[in-house]
Formats: sequence, C-alpha cells, structure tokens
Amino acid sequence: MGDLDKFRTETRAWLEENCPASMRTPMPEDETCWGGRNPVYKNPDSKLWMDRMAARGWTVPTWPTQYGGGGLDKARNQVLQQELGRLRARPPLASFGIWMLGPALLEFASEEQKRHYLNQIALGEIRWCQGYSEPGAGSDLAGLQTKAEDMGDHYLVNGSKIWTSYGHLADWIFCLVRTDPKAPKHRGISFLLFDMASPGVSTKPIKLISGASIFAQTFFDNVKVPKPQLVGTLNDGWTIAKALLQHERNMIGNMGSVNLPGGSGARSPSVAAKRYSGEINGKIADPALRLEIARHNMNSRAFGVTYQRMSDEMTAGAPPGPASSMFKYYGTEQNKRKYELLLQAMGTAALGWEGGAFQEHELGITREWLRSKGNSIEGGTSEVQLNIISKNVLRLPD
Amino acid sequence: MALVLNEDQVQLKDAARSFIQDKAPVSAFRKLRDSNDPDGFDRKLWKEMAGLGWAGIIIPEEFGGAGFGYVGLGVVLEEAGRTLLASPLMSTALIGATAVILGGSPSQKREILPAIASGDWLMALAHEEGPHHSPYAIAARAKKSDEGFILGGKKTFVLDGHVADQLIVAARTSGKSGARDGLTLFLVDRNAPGVKVTRTLMADSRNAANVKFTNVKIRSDAVLGSVDHGADILDPVLDRARIGLSAEMLGGVREEFERTVEYLKTRQQFGVLIGTFQALKHRAAEMFCEIELSVSVVLDGLIAIDENRNDVPQIASLVKARLNDTYFLVSNEALQMHGGIGMTDEIDMGLFMKRARVAAASFGGTTFHHDRYASLEGY
Repeated sequence: MGDLDKFRTETRAWLEENCPASMRTPMPEDETCWGGRNPVYKNPDSKLWMDRMAARGWTVPTWPTQYGGGGLDKARNQVLQQELGRLRARPPLASFGIWMLGPALLEFASEEQKRHYLNQIALGEIRWCQGYSEPGAGSDLAGLQTKAEDMGDHYLVNGSKIWTSYGHLADWIFCLVRTDPKAPKHRGISFLLFDMASPGVSTKPIKLISGASIFAQTFFDNVKVPKPQLVGTLNDGWTIAKALLQHERNMIGNMGSVNLPGGSGARSPSVAAKRYSGEINGKIADPALRLEIARHNMNSRAFGVTYQRMSDEMTAGAPPGPASSMFKYYGTEQNKRKYELLLQAMGTAALGWEGGAFQEHELGITREWLRSKGNSIEGGTSEVQLNIISKNVLRLPD
Repeated sequence: MALVLNEDQVQLKDAARSFIQDKAPVSAFRKLRDSNDPDGFDRKLWKEMAGLGWAGIIIPEEFGGAGFGYVGLGVVLEEAGRTLLASPLMSTALIGATAVILGGSPSQKREILPAIASGDWLMALAHEEGPHHSPYAIAARAKKSDEGFILGGKKTFVLDGHVADQLIVAARTSGKSGARDGLTLFLVDRNAPGVKVTRTLMADSRNAANVKFTNVKIRSDAVLGSVDHGADILDPVLDRARIGLSAEMLGGVREEFERTVEYLKTRQQFGVLIGTFQALKHRAAEMFCEIELSVSVVLDGLIAIDENRNDVPQIASLVKARLNDTYFLVSNEALQMHGGIGMTDEIDMGLFMKRARVAAASFGGTTFHHDRYASLEGY
C-alpha cells in the first residue's frame, strides 16, 4: 500500500471516529463556526468539531506545523478534502484569518509574528476583520486616508473604515493605514494589526438592502498600536494589500459557481423552474426561461472546468496565472445571474420578506438575491477586475 | 486526465503551428478563393498533411493511422483555424474516419481507413436536408431491393461533397422524417449513376455541395452500421464533429482576438492609442474571459472523447454552443474595433466573421444546443 493510500485509510478512520453526526448535515448559515473570543455555538458539536480538527492542524491543513497547520502536501490535502467531502462534513472553522490574512502573513510576516498570529488563527482563538475600504476610498483603495503617526514606541491611528465584514463581531483587525502622507499614494501605506478592544476603537453595524448587517463602519480615535504589530516594511504595505486582495478575490469568486454548478437542490434554477412554473413532458414549461437556464448552467460548468484547468496547469508547473481577477469577475456575475434566474423561476414565491406565508428557503432566496448584488462590488468591483485584466494580462496601454 | 496537454501533444501543436503558418497562411486561402479554385483546397498540401500523419491522426495504427486521438486532432484543427486553412481535416480526417471507426465492419475498416490515412480518399457526410441542423429530419429514403437498396432524395450543405470520393449518406429505411429510429447510413460512391453533386459557394469560401440521389443502386455491404439503427452511429459522429469543429473555431477566435488587441496598441486617434479607452478595455477583458472558458471546454470535450466518457453528448452541446457564441462575439467586436478598415476585404477580419457564421450553422446553432443540453440534463 502506497503512502497516500495509507494516509487515506487513516484519515477516513479518524474522520469516521471524530466528525460528529450533526456536522455531516448541510450547515444552516447561523451555525457557521467563526471561533474568536466570544464564540457563538448554536450547535455545541460545532465547537467539538473545530477543536478536534484544530488539534490535528486540519483547520489549515497545508500550513506548516510550527504555525498550527497540518503540514500536508498538495496530494495529502486533496485526499483529506475528498474524505471530508465523502462525509459531507462541514468546514470546521470559517475565518478571514484563514482565507485572507494567513496566506499574507505566511509570505510577509516576521518569524515571531507568524508563530504568534498563525497559531491563534489555526486554533480559532481570534476572529479577524479587514480594514481596507474607507468612506472616501472604495474602488480607489490606495486613496485611503486613515493615518498612523509614529509616536516613538507606538503608532497613533486616526480615521475610519467601512464595509468591514463582521467588524462589530471581530477581535482583531488587519488594517491599511497611511504612514507617509507626502509619498505617492501607493508608497505611503503600511499594514498594521491591532486589537479591536483597544481604547478609541468603535464600530457601527450597517443595515444592508437584504436587511442583514454583516458589515460595519469602524472608527479609530487616537488608537495606540504597539510598533511590533506592523507587518512587513514601513510604507510598503501596498505590496501586502495586493497579495491579500488576490486571496480575497479567489474566495469571493469561489462562492458563486465553482462548487455548485448551477446550484443544487432548492437553489438550482432548473429545479426551481419545474417546481414553481411547471413542466411539460419533463421539460420546464416556459421555453424561454428553459433556454436561459441552460445557458446559465453551461456557463457555470465551463467556469468550473476552467478552475480545474488552471489548477491542473499549476500542478504541471505553470506559474500562477492572472486568474484571480477573471474568477472574481466571472464567478460573481454568474452568482448574480443565478439569483435573478431563481427569481424568474419562482415569481412572487421568491419575493416574500418575512412571515409564515412563505417557506424558509423561499425567504432565504429573497435575502440571498439581494446579498448577491454585493459580490461584484466587494473585493474590487467587476469594473476594477476588468481594468486589472486589461492592464496585467492584455497589457493595454494606460 | 488532467486538463493540460502532455509533452507529445505540445510538440504536435508546435509542429502544426509552424507547418500551417509556413505552408498555409491566410494568403494561401485567399489565393484559393480569388482563383475560384475548382477543388477549393490544395490537394498537394493535403498529401503533405497526410504525410505528417494528420489525415489518419485518430485512426488506429493497425489501419495505417497515427493513433493520436481526438486531443491530437483538436490541436491541429485549432492551428488550422488560425489561418482559415481549407482542407479535408473536418470532412475526412474527423467525420469520415470517425464514422468508419465507430460503424464500419472489419472489411470496411480494412478498405477505407488506410485510404483515408494515406490521403488518397476524401469522405463527406451527407445528412442535412434543410437550412437548419436537424439530425433526424431526414426524408431521403432507401428502399429494399433484390441486390440491396435503391436510394432517392436530396441533401444539402454536404461539406467537401463535390470533391469526396465516398459519401456517407444518412437515409430513412423506415419511419417518418423526424424519428430517430429508422435511419441507416450508406457508403455511396460520388460517381455512382444517379448521384448528382452541385457545388454550393458559401460566404466563407469553403467547400459544400447539394447532392441529389435518383434511383441510386446500393449494395447491401455498403451499409455502415446496422439497418434502421443508423442514429446509433450518426449521433456520436455528430458529437465528435461538434467538438472538433469547435477546436477549429477556437483557433479563429484566438487569432482574431490577438490581432485585435495588437491593433488597440498601435492605432491612434485623438492623439492617443485607442487601447487607452476604458470602453474598449472592458470589452477586450470580457472577451478574454469568454475565450479562457472556451479554451477549457474545448480541451475537456476532446479529452472526454478520448476517454470515452459518458457525458460526451452534454459536453459536445456545451462546447459547440459556447464556441458559436464566442466566435460570434469576437468576430463582431474585432471588426468594430478595427473600424472602417475592418470593413475592407484587405483586412482578414471579414474572413473570420464569415467563417464564424458558417461554422456556427454547422452541426447545430446555439439554440439547438441549449435545447439539447437542457433535455440531456433532464429539464
């Protein structure tokens, strides 16, 4: 038996033994495990599952073991993911620390910072938020004005951030600040980490069109940040910011269509169309809607195949392509189209706001449809992604 | 199989590109067009291509082929699409060979496949009867006779029909037009008595023909596959044609796109390069995304054939619909972005656009494949 087969056998046995039964069911959004200082475990098994996985380093399977990771190579990680998929196991830990900050720290942080922060992330001890956009700096992110002044042993931070995902629930923030107001805008930015419990930090949730408040505005009023909490080189934070944005774009682009070509179950436009607008001889009754759904599903599948191709190309040794902007652009536009198709297919059943006249999944689709509109804005708008493709891939002139 | 070309396939692609760019640039295609060449393709060049193994690229080695599979044929077709190379790659190397490989008896294989591989025989599939692709809308009828069958009917848009040595004719031996059952494939000599071939000049200057069959006598051993079950061969042949033609279309798409992006970097108006305009940048970037998705599905489709995957019908419809749309988009945008000069015959953009439309009409337009995909997926 090869090493990989042995690993598979052991992994399968361990998962069978340690993955609680309730963690093998589809996850309602309010049971997502975010960890942190003030964790909410609606289902106590969530904590058990996170702790067990974290103890093996499997909340972050490919990170090095000294930073709390599992130290798995690509092949072993693939086996682990397949075995998790076989059980339909829930992700043990949702975390901007894992998806965005961690990869950037691995690349740019000092050894001491890595040991400290990455281990905390792996164990789910700290819930992170991202301090990037500002009221006056959206698509023009490098125009940010939140400033950090050198006060000798610390930086003094003043300003405001907006669209901070779960900012009002987070423990720490990774934050872009201006440290040299005289330098050209990309060259005076630094990357700071600090505690959201620091004096002078306050947050205000923002109510969205979906009715939810997943974003906050964050205010910094003379916040003292110890100097060792600067990551990378002073005034060179834009380099880190860009690298991190790529991870963010991959994350957002993936949410749409990669894992669920065309959506599954109640979120599949073809299933919804049959159920809500009828079928004739096994075909969706509305012929125009049927062809639109077919086009959408074919595009989703083509998108998934493209994701696979890029991954295979990298495995075969090709350098990572400029793919993240393409996936961000196409994946989010696809996800928006999916919800518009669901609305078309379901009619007024997907337009309820609350109350017992609608089923839970119907109300969910109304809210998700509205939420999906943000996909092509957050993490760099679709227009910004097209700018990046035309500049970095097509090399069109400025 | 991973979605990347292996070393042999990369080598083949490089070799195909340099051969085709050298021997058959777009100017060679223009020469055929402008001289009203009676064949519509270069016979000497086809012999050379056969010498490189391309005529028999999917044919097993035991029948004189290269055994390189559909991925191999696909990379050659893609390079051919870049220069609008007119050749029997589709009609003969792909469709003719596939039909005989899938449906031929041992003796038919022994007779026909080596002749295709050597470049000696040209084949043409005669299946369409109307202006829209419709695989079972076949009224041409073959009646049982003492020695075999008597064939009558009309076919249209027969690719390479006027130069083919052998026609593969889809005719009805039972049932009514529109039914999948009751079709039979026949091998018919183009010069047989009662066969009348009329070349049709298409907008893309490629070869097609109308063929009329009047009381054509066919021997029983000229049936390809089994009587009344011709669709069992025809369907997979059409799926392979759809994917292969898409590979050719992808070559045209990439060539046009690269030339257009280059033009945006050299053409000046208002004192600046027009590539600085965001209105053009965004449209170029959107095309880039569509093309990347097209590259992926064409390769996936070719691999699906070679691996004999059971989702070949779905992927064939997906690939053909996508390449129809992508070539449509890119050929329109390329012409528009070139401006006035794009409207001239001197610039190649018009040639690609004409090819895009004729290719889109071949083996199923976009709505045909959307409908088919939905049906195959159960909705």
